[in-house]
Amino acid sequence: MQLFHCPFCGQRDETEFHFGGEAGNIRPDGADVTSERWASYLYLRDNPKGAVREVWVHMTCGEFFVMARDSVSHHVASTTSLDCAEHAQ
Amino acid sequence: MTAMRLASGGSAIDRARPVTFSFDGRTVSGFAGDTIASALLANDVAVVARSFKYHRPRGIWGAGVEEPNALVDVSGSVAVTPNTRATTEPAVEGMAARSVNAQPNAASDRNAFIDRFARFIPAAFYYKTFMWPDWHLFEPRIRAVAGLGAVDRDWQSPGPADQLNRHCDLLVVGAGPAGLAAARLAATAGQSVMLVDDQPAPGGSLRHRASEIDGKPASLWIDETVAAIAQHGGLVLSSTTAFGIYDHNLVGLNQRHGDGRPDTLWRVRPRRIVLAAGAIERPLPFANNDLPGIMSADAALSYLRRHAVLVGKRVVVATNNDSAYEVAGALAGAGADVTLIDMRKDALPRLPGGVRLVAGRLIASARGKMRVEGVTLDDGTLLDADCVAVSGGWTPTIHLFCQARGKLAWSEQRAAFLPGDPVEGIAVAGAAATGIVPLSEAFESAASAVAADANEATPRSTGAEATGGVMAAWPIPGAKGRVWIDYQNDVTAKDVELAARENFISVEHLKRYTTLGMATDQGKTSNLAGLALMGAVTGRTVPEVGTTTYRPPFTPVPLASFVGVRTGELMSPVRRLPIENAHRQQGAVFQEYGGWLRPAHYGADADRAIQDEARRARQSVALFDGSTLGKIEVMGPKAAEFVDFIYYNTMSTLKPGRCRYGFMLSENGVVFDDGILVRLGVNRFVVSCSSSHVASVHARLEEWRQDRFGRDAVYIHNATAEMATLTVSGPNSRTLLSALDLGLSLDDAELPHMAIGEGRFEQDPVRVARVSFTGDRSYEVSIRADRAERLWARMHEAGKALDAVTIGLEALMILRAEKGYIVIGKDTDGTTMPHDLGVEGPRSKRAGEYVGRRSLFTDVAVSGSRQQLVGLAVAPGEQALATGAHGITREGGRIKSQGFVTSSYFSPTLDRPIALGLIERGASRHGETIDIQHLGMLRRATITAPCAFDASGARLNA
Repeated sequence: MQLFHCPFCGQRDETEFHFGGEAGNIRPDGADVTSERWASYLYLRDNPKGAVREVWVHMTCGEFFVMARDSVSHHVASTTSLDCAEHAQ
Repeated sequence: MTAMRLASGGSAIDRARPVTFSFDGRTVSGFAGDTIASALLANDVAVVARSFKYHRPRGIWGAGVEEPNALVDVSGSVAVTPNTRATTEPAVEGMAARSVNAQPNAASDRNAFIDRFARFIPAAFYYKTFMWPDWHLFEPRIRAVAGLGAVDRDWQSPGPADQLNRHCDLLVVGAGPAGLAAARLAATAGQSVMLVDDQPAPGGSLRHRASEIDGKPASLWIDETVAAIAQHGGLVLSSTTAFGIYDHNLVGLNQRHGDGRPDTLWRVRPRRIVLAAGAIERPLPFANNDLPGIMSADAALSYLRRHAVLVGKRVVVATNNDSAYEVAGALAGAGADVTLIDMRKDALPRLPGGVRLVAGRLIASARGKMRVEGVTLDDGTLLDADCVAVSGGWTPTIHLFCQARGKLAWSEQRAAFLPGDPVEGIAVAGAAATGIVPLSEAFESAASAVAADANEATPRSTGAEATGGVMAAWPIPGAKGRVWIDYQNDVTAKDVELAARENFISVEHLKRYTTLGMATDQGKTSNLAGLALMGAVTGRTVPEVGTTTYRPPFTPVPLASFVGVRTGELMSPVRRLPIENAHRQQGAVFQEYGGWLRPAHYGADADRAIQDEARRARQSVALFDGSTLGKIEVMGPKAAEFVDFIYYNTMSTLKPGRCRYGFMLSENGVVFDDGILVRLGVNRFVVSCSSSHVASVHARLEEWRQDRFGRDAVYIHNATAEMATLTVSGPNSRTLLSALDLGLSLDDAELPHMAIGEGRFEQDPVRVARVSFTGDRSYEVSIRADRAERLWARMHEAGKALDAVTIGLEALMILRAEKGYIVIGKDTDGTTMPHDLGVEGPRSKRAGEYVGRRSLFTDVAVSGSRQQLVGLAVAPGEQALATGAHGITREGGRIKSQGFVTSSYFSPTLDRPIALGLIERGASRHGETIDIQHLGMLRRATITAPCAFDASGARLNA
C-alpha cells in the first residue's frame, strides 16, 4: 500500500485516494471542437513509464490535487493543490 | 528411527503440564510447549505425511516455518485448519491432527502404489498426457489423488480478526541474536522500536545453540535484552510473522494467539526496517534423501535442546559446513551413537568428544522403506542409522528484502545469495545478511544496521564460537537414484534435468515445468539446489540461472486476517432510513436498493401486496418514504452558472421557488443521472439525484467545481443524510396534507406543480416540493431526519379517513412505469443519450457549454439506428414480458437483437401488463409489432409511446 501526501491532510494510505486522470488534459469547450480533439480529450492517454503528473482526489477530505510520481518506482515527487485559476480558462 | 523423550531438559517444555492429542487417530502425549512435530518425535512417529504426487512416506524435516513435509489438518474446538506445519503448530490438549494427502492415514496410504510408477510420471507428465480431448475432463480425478489437506466446508469463523495499524521508527524482523541486538541498540538510543519473531519466544538460534554473551548464558542475555527493549518503550511480539513488505515499506504482520482467538493482522509503517530473519538449512543431495528419519541437523539440535527429544540412537550427521559439529556433539552427549560425515577434507572445526568423523566423504544413498535404516557413502561404506541429520548449508532468509525489490548478489564463498545493493530504509543483519557467521560478526552487522558505532553497548560473544566455513554441495547431474530436491512438490534431480533437456532452462520455465518451489513452502529448502543443478546441466553459474520472484506471504496467512471485520453485513454496509423502525412496525419487507435498505412492500405476500399498493395509490392517497433521494446543495455566486454547466437542460432560467427536471450527462454524452433541481434562492440550488447515485453525483460536482469554477465561486454540501423526505401522492394528497397544518398555502395558484413551499411541522421547518414520480398530484415533504418519524405518524393518522395506503419501492416502480418515467441504469444503459429518451430540445437549441455536449454530435450520436425508449404492449390476456428479453429481427436467417425490455410489470390500474424498452429507431415505430425472444420463447409486442397512463398529465393537477 502506497503513501500519498494530500496537500491538505498530509501523508495518508493510498486507500483514501482515488485516481482522477492525467494532469493537463484540458477540456476543449465549444460545439466546433473537432472529433479528433474531443476523442483525444475523452479517451487518449499517454500512460508513460517513469515520471507522471496525475490528478488525484483525497476521498476523505474531497480535495483534488496534482501529484507528480514515478509509475515504476512509486516514488512520489510532489503533490500540489489544484490551482483553480490555471484550470478555469 | 527410534526417537525418544529424555528424562530431563528441554527449555521450551513444561513437564508439569502434560498434553494429549490425537494424530491420525492415534493418541500422542506431550507437554505444554511442544509442537505437534516435537510430540510426534517424542512418541517415535516416523511417517507423518504422504507426498503430494507420489504418495511417498515422509517424516519431519525441520523445526520451523521451512517444513516441507509435515503438513497436518488440525481440528480444534471450532474448526479444521488445513495444511498447518506440524513444526510450528503448538500441541494443544484435545486437538485432532490428521496427515494430509493420505487415505486412511500416513502410515498406510492406499495410494502409495503410485510411487512404483514414478518413473513413468515425471515432471509435466499429466499435462503432456491428458491433453486430448481436454485436460479439464481429467483434472478432477487427478487432483483427487494429488493434493494437500481438505478444506472444511462447515468452517465457521470464530469471530472477526483484529487489524491494527502502527507506526514506529524501527521495525526489526527476527528476534535472534542480531535482531535482539539491533532492537536494543535502537531502543536505548531513544527510537520507538518494534521487534517481531515468528517463534513462540524470542532468541532465534540462541534458544538451541550454546553461546555466552557479555559473560552470561544466552538465555539470560535474551531475557535482559527483551526487558531492556520493553523498558525503553519498545514492543516485542512473538508468534508474529512478517509475511510481506509492500509499497513504501508497509510491512504486514500476522500474529497468532495461543488462546483460540483469531490471528491479528498488523499493518506497520516503520521509518526503517532491520531484517534479521536468519537462515534456513538446506538438505544434502543423495538418493532417497526424503526417507522419514532424514532431517535437518539444526532441527535435530532444536528438538534436543528445546524439547528434550533425542531424534535417534544411531545417528549419522552429514554436513558440508561447520554448523553441524555442535549438533553431532550434542547428540553424542545425549547418549546417541554419532558418526559425522563431512564432505570436506581439511580446515575442519574441532571435533566434539564422542563423535566418529569420516572426512572427505559424501552420502551416496540412503536405504530403508518407511524410515531410514542406513546410508551408503560414496566409497561404498555401509553405515546403519535410525536417523540421518543433514546440513547442506544455509540459505539466508531474504524474502522480505527481495519483496522490497532488493537485488541479490551471489557469494561463492558462502554458497548462497546474499542481499546486494541496499534498499532505501531497509538494512539486513545477521545470518540473513551473511549466511552463518560467528556470533560476534552477527552483532557487528546488527550495530551497523541501526547505524550505531560498535561500542560498549554492542553485545560481545564471550564463549566458544562456531565458525562459518562451508563447501558447496549441489546435486550432481546424472547422479544415480532418486535425489529429491523439492520434498513438498515431489521434484527430483531427474525432473530438473528433464526440464533442461526439453529446453525449459529459464528459471521461470523451470519452476512452472517441474513445479519446483511452487508448493506451500515456496521452496524454502529446495530452490537453491534446483537452480544450482540447472546451472550445472546447462553450463551456467547459479547467478546466471537467476532466481524467481519472491512474493508475499512468506508463510500462509489466514484469509480471516485480511478480511478483518469486513465480512457478512459489514462487507458492504447498507445505508438505512431514518425511520426504519416505523416501517418495520408497519410490516415492511426490506430489500437493498442501490446500497439502501428500503421497504420493498408491506406485508408478507409480496405479489399481492405490491399489486394492492399500486392499485390503491391511484385511488386515493399513498404515503412513501423517499428519504434516499439525493439532496446536494449547490451555493455561491456562480451556482447558477455551475448548474447550467452540469445539467443538459438550461437551469439558470429557473425562478427561485421552482423545480425543473433534468439530465446530467457524462462527458461521453451518456445520461448519467436524472432528477429534479430545486432553486431555493438566486444562488442556492438543491440537486435531487437518484438514490443510488448520491455519492457519485456528489463526487462529479466536486470535481467540476474544483477543476473549473473554484472554491470561492461555488460551494457544495451533501445534505442527503440530514433530511428525510416523506412523499404524499394521489388524488387526495392535498386533502391529507391540509390536515397536517404545515403553515403554508396548498392552493394550486401558490403551490403549482414543480414549485416548492416552505412551512413548519410543529416546531420544525419543512420544505414541500410539488413534484411527482407517480404521475399523480404529489408532495415531497422534507424535514430534519430525527423528526421524521413524528411527521410519518401524523401523515398516517390524517390518512386513515382517506383510506391512505403506504407503498414500498416495488409499487412505486409500477406507478412510474405506467407513466413511462425512467430509472437511469435500468431503462438506460451505457450508450443511452438524452435524445434517445425523447429529450431533444437542449441538444438542438442550447448555445452554452455543458458536460457531454460535444459527444452528442459525434457520428455515433447522430446515427439513425440508435436504440430509443418505447413502451411495449402485449395482446389482451397475455403475461407480462420478461425484463431483459430481446426484440429481434431476422436478417438472412440470422437472429439480430434490436433492443431489449428494460422494465416490465403488471399494472393493476390498467389491468394489463406494461413494459418499457430500448428498441432500435423505436420512437418512429409506434404501432409496429415486433418479435420478442426470451430463453427460446418467442412472443409479440407492439411498440407504443412510453407513457401508458394519463398521457395528458391531467392527474398531476387532479
